[in-house]
Amino acid sequence: MGESDSNALRRTPLYALHHELGGKLVPFAGYEMPVHYRPGILAEHRHTRTAAGLFDVSHMGQIRLIGAGADAALERLVPGEIKALKPGRMRYTLFTNDQGGVSDDLMVLRRADDLFLIVNAACKEQDFAHLQCHLGAGVAAEFLEDRALLALQGPAAAAVLARHAQGVESLRFLGGAVMTVAGIETLVTRSGYTGEDGFEISLAADRAEALARRLLAEPEVDAVGLGARDSLRLEAGLCLYGHDLDPETTPVEAGLNWVLGKRRLAEGGFPGVAVIRRQLADGPARLRVGLLPDGRAPVRDASPIEDANGRVLGQVTSGGFSPTLNRPIAMGYVAAAVAAPGTPVEFLVREKRLPGRVVALPFVPHRYART
Amino acid sequence: MSDLRFTKDHEWLRIEGDAAVVGISDYAQEKLGDIVYVELPEIGRKVAKGAEAAVVESVKAASEVYTPVSGEVIAVNDALGENPAEVNGDAMGKGWFFKIRLDDPAELGDLMDEAAYRKFVEGLE
Repeated sequence: MGESDSNALRRTPLYALHHELGGKLVPFAGYEMPVHYRPGILAEHRHTRTAAGLFDVSHMGQIRLIGAGADAALERLVPGEIKALKPGRMRYTLFTNDQGGVSDDLMVLRRADDLFLIVNAACKEQDFAHLQCHLGAGVAAEFLEDRALLALQGPAAAAVLARHAQGVESLRFLGGAVMTVAGIETLVTRSGYTGEDGFEISLAADRAEALARRLLAEPEVDAVGLGARDSLRLEAGLCLYGHDLDPETTPVEAGLNWVLGKRRLAEGGFPGVAVIRRQLADGPARLRVGLLPDGRAPVRDASPIEDANGRVLGQVTSGGFSPTLNRPIAMGYVAAAVAAPGTPVEFLVREKRLPGRVVALPFVPHRYART
Repeated sequence: MSDLRFTKDHEWLRIEGDAAVVGISDYAQEKLGDIVYVELPEIGRKVAKGAEAAVVESVKAASEVYTPVSGEVIAVNDALGENPAEVNGDAMGKGWFFKIRLDDPAELGDLMDEAAYRKFVEGLE
């Protein structure tokens, strides 16, 4: 990747379309991105839960790993089972550091002759440098700067995409394949960040606007901005890197034990394995939990969590308003002893104590196409 | 004969005798987006000009509402508790926040009238 030699915000290939659709563009991870369009966050959120939303996520990093030992090389950086990942299958995993903390979360798709990675926008330069530094001889990392990424999410997504692409129905959750969509060659995965069924579509940057317009022309599809993307993923209990995951937080604390491959834990050979093994054996000191304030006031990132006696229990890491439940919801970390659903807690908001409780995640059930 | 006044922080006031009704402007609600919560002051609270008197929360973030004048809070719009979206739907009417009995009507002189506020907002765009 080239040096970013100015503070100028970058634009995705859909920049002009965002403007045309009345998008309110804000700086996000170095890009000018639409936080919402004319309908607003609540309407866009509800539309995604009831029909289909189209998201521009072209700011995210797309990276190929090429070479016979790519899977083994990647396993030196992540705790996930990559070698056994079958072609056409995708998996969520994490880059860990020596303390067992998370330096980014990512999706990995195995294709016939490479691994295809999607990483967070704010971490992509750092991730790429990390890969280049540690992959070793015989494995090359290629940053795909000329690709866009669209997400089509919601209960109508599959029916909509099937009108433009043969074989889409045969993909199940976390499957991926090269497909022609509306005459454009794309890489489609059945995945997303909303808790709904849906697809992420990687394609050449110069074809992205044409495909976005074709999909937006479908009656079920509306453009949805990053504001609703955030409220959708929070309802789905999914982590936002930089908030719910960071270099000081381990996968065990985050309740992401399912990303830790059985063989990987036994064999080791990834950063932070000792800390992670110890936390699995002894239990972590704190845990990520769902949090439900009793009242109407939203509780936001960084609000302290205390018990009724003012003892600090933890901190909120994501908080906002749930359009589906029509009430505030939040996620955060609390001491493991008080992480059981039902535990009463108090949030400190503007010097007031707001009562609430720990709840199970997700807030809104996932509706993935698993079969 | 408009008795409306505005602040640079996008609050409006409607003068009613020795009191003023306070809310946020249409421009402000538009900028905030979907409003999901409004925290109102207690009735009887004395507030000084420029002090934080209410909080308005959109889906994205919380913003303070400052009182443009000093005085005593004599009424609040309880309907916003159940229906905060009223601020988006009718910011200058049903979406009012609180009513304040003025300590010093001379403070109103510092505020913009509707024409001046409109000009001020145009300058922001």
